[in-house]
Amino acid sequence: MNFDFSDDQKLLKEQVRKFLTDKCSYAVPRRILDSDEPYAKEVWKGLVEMGLTGTAIPEAYGGLGLGALELCVIAEELGRAVAPVPFSSSVYLASEAIKLFGTEKQKQTWLPKLASGEIIGTFAISEGLHAPSAHNTRTSFAGGKVNGVKTPVADGDIADVAVVVVNAGGKDKVSLAIVDLKGAGVSREVLRTLDPTRSHAAVTFKDAPAELMDSAGDGWSQVSRILDGAAVLFAFEQVGGAEAALEMARDYSLERYAFGRQIGSYQAIKHKLADIYVKKELAKSNAYFGAMMLNDEGSELPEAAAASRIAGNDAYVFAAQESLQTHGGIGYTWEANTQFHYRRAKLLALAVGASVQWKEKLVQRLEAKNAA
Amino acid sequence: MDFNDTKDEAAYRAQVRGWLDKNAVRKADAKDLPVPKTLEEVLKQSKDWQAKKASAGYACITWPKEWGGGGGTTIQNVIYGQEEANYAVPGGVFAIGLGMCIPTLMAFGSEEAKKRYVGPAVRGDEIWCQLFSEPAGGSDVAGLRTRAEKDGDEWVINGQKVWTSGAHYSDFGILLTRTDPTVPKHKGLTMFYIDMKSPGVEVRPIKQMSGGADFNEVFFTNLRVKDSQRLGKVGEGWKVALTTLMNERLAVGGSQGNADTDDLIELARETEIAGKPAIDNGAVRERIADWYVQAQGLKFTRFRTLTALSRGETPGPESSISKIVAAKKMQDLGSFGMDLQDMGGVIRDRSISPAEGAYTEQWIGAAGYRIAGGTDEILRNIVAERVLGMPQDVRVDKDLPFNQAPKGK
Repeated sequence: MNFDFSDDQKLLKEQVRKFLTDKCSYAVPRRILDSDEPYAKEVWKGLVEMGLTGTAIPEAYGGLGLGALELCVIAEELGRAVAPVPFSSSVYLASEAIKLFGTEKQKQTWLPKLASGEIIGTFAISEGLHAPSAHNTRTSFAGGKVNGVKTPVADGDIADVAVVVVNAGGKDKVSLAIVDLKGAGVSREVLRTLDPTRSHAAVTFKDAPAELMDSAGDGWSQVSRILDGAAVLFAFEQVGGAEAALEMARDYSLERYAFGRQIGSYQAIKHKLADIYVKKELAKSNAYFGAMMLNDEGSELPEAAAASRIAGNDAYVFAAQESLQTHGGIGYTWEANTQFHYRRAKLLALAVGASVQWKEKLVQRLEAKNAA
Repeated sequence: MDFNDTKDEAAYRAQVRGWLDKNAVRKADAKDLPVPKTLEEVLKQSKDWQAKKASAGYACITWPKEWGGGGGTTIQNVIYGQEEANYAVPGGVFAIGLGMCIPTLMAFGSEEAKKRYVGPAVRGDEIWCQLFSEPAGGSDVAGLRTRAEKDGDEWVINGQKVWTSGAHYSDFGILLTRTDPTVPKHKGLTMFYIDMKSPGVEVRPIKQMSGGADFNEVFFTNLRVKDSQRLGKVGEGWKVALTTLMNERLAVGGSQGNADTDDLIELARETEIAGKPAIDNGAVRERIADWYVQAQGLKFTRFRTLTALSRGETPGPESSISKIVAAKKMQDLGSFGMDLQDMGGVIRDRSISPAEGAYTEQWIGAAGYRIAGGTDEILRNIVAERVLGMPQDVRVDKDLPFNQAPKGK
């Protein structure tokens, strides 16, 4: 049985944690929250200098040539630090999408720049206030041009390039296209969201020049594969975030006194925090299997990703909500750090689709397996 | 990451499998084997199997060979358990004795006592039970009232224990008593081992809600015990008990034989909600997803613990979540399985109910499982205190002499 990370991967995790502890205390997301800065450039620069943006990109395209497991340990630390950086958009989504489904020429064009952090990428799929599907994708591709509106797009305001889910002809069919967001026909509008520490935009394409990616496969299967991978990586962010929210609540419960004793000595608080721990460990164990399936491109990746996503959403949202609750009134103030987890937890729980969608996807897979 | 054995583990697994193939019948081939009908037959089969295991070094795998063990590692013990689970072999009656009582005896008993009792327990000749819980001391075991009073070089014991698994077929037991009620509760306890066949010991089975009777009440009336049967010093029984209880979580059984999400999918295909297949109902689908995710989470938490053992590391505290999650899931899933049968869900009959009646049985059984070996509430306290480092509850009786502390009837 070898169901854990290697010593090298644990060492990488420690290095990332050390960097983020030094450079990304809660003062950093607070600065982004209180300003118009879209992301923490100095933190991003540090991650880039450590080579982390190229972690899972093959050496032939300028990356480190490591795998999904290394990305997972990085993700956990980014989640713990509530880091206000476009890592997930650029690395889990854009880079992975191009690596998986880009043409050889597209990989050569984009991956080295994404690996070196010279550019930031994102993935544009959502088209408004509903779950995206092959059926409801309106953004179109024809004659080398994309038209339509994607919203919300994480880091859509700052990204240089986007992998865009488009309809390229045919009912209920989608394809992936690459669009240079600095090029013609692209306009973006920053959106107000529940978590200002991660910027989002509405991106409008009007005859924006674009290139289709590998159109050989089924487009929606490709989208699903990209989302499965991101779901696993986000689950590690959620585990890290849940752990940080739990520690914050535990520490406060030890220093805060009510009715003559530490509030952490009341079972109402102890059991609440024990419940956070339980959910966090269930999420972690599911995420580990997700990591293994992602790394091996295993046949159970869809179920493992869905389980990682569902458990991760549940654990982090619960941890963040109950951590704030444990703090009482002070937890609801602007000056308290509890808000970073409260906001980020819900943001992540929506980022690549809500639990209700993933549960449906999971049960469809289980039904198919059960019938087989 | 992978689920593979190391080279040594694979070799050990092959050796175990070879031995089991020679000495036992695989479950798949065991349908026609006669099922033991009486307690005597169960005990005879169990003892015969334990003796075989002991002679091959598979009883108490992690114990030193000089005590009749296998001199092996924890991961070898796990591998043996995984393999044995595929065979139709008797199990269970030695778990408490070998998991809790004998380790306590080995830690605190005299050389003479160890020589006398360890061997027969390992070989299955003698069965042990644990006599801790009382009507007035369950989760709060240290609130127990069974009195032991010194009389020469003997002790005279009066009182009552409860929830004693296997007392009705046990030969010996370890017994926690109060020897000094004038000091605070944890300080006035003393541990003994006793012969369950002694005069003054009366065992009465407790009929459970499920209809079974796995537990007993045990009454002591002027039971006389030699001072040489004391384990640990007078007044240090709590320290001795902690050694025993440390092993309890490991000794309390899992939840095999319960319905799980696969069964639930099948049941939801066969049943209807508002005239449509239940499997198409969103509420049903959501529950299937949630329980699947919990089941996977438990499985992979176990794998994380096994990985630590396999690497020779100390496992993290993650396994402490297992019973909290498993017991409640067992109850909720059982309940929902009955709901899907709607009015028919009231029927408790293995011959007609789906999954051979598993939903009803696990729902009834879960009520006990959520309590046995630490209630849901106590387990949450343990996570909070030992894993998260939170303080103990305020204990109003902690520093009071036991005989002056507030008590219920």
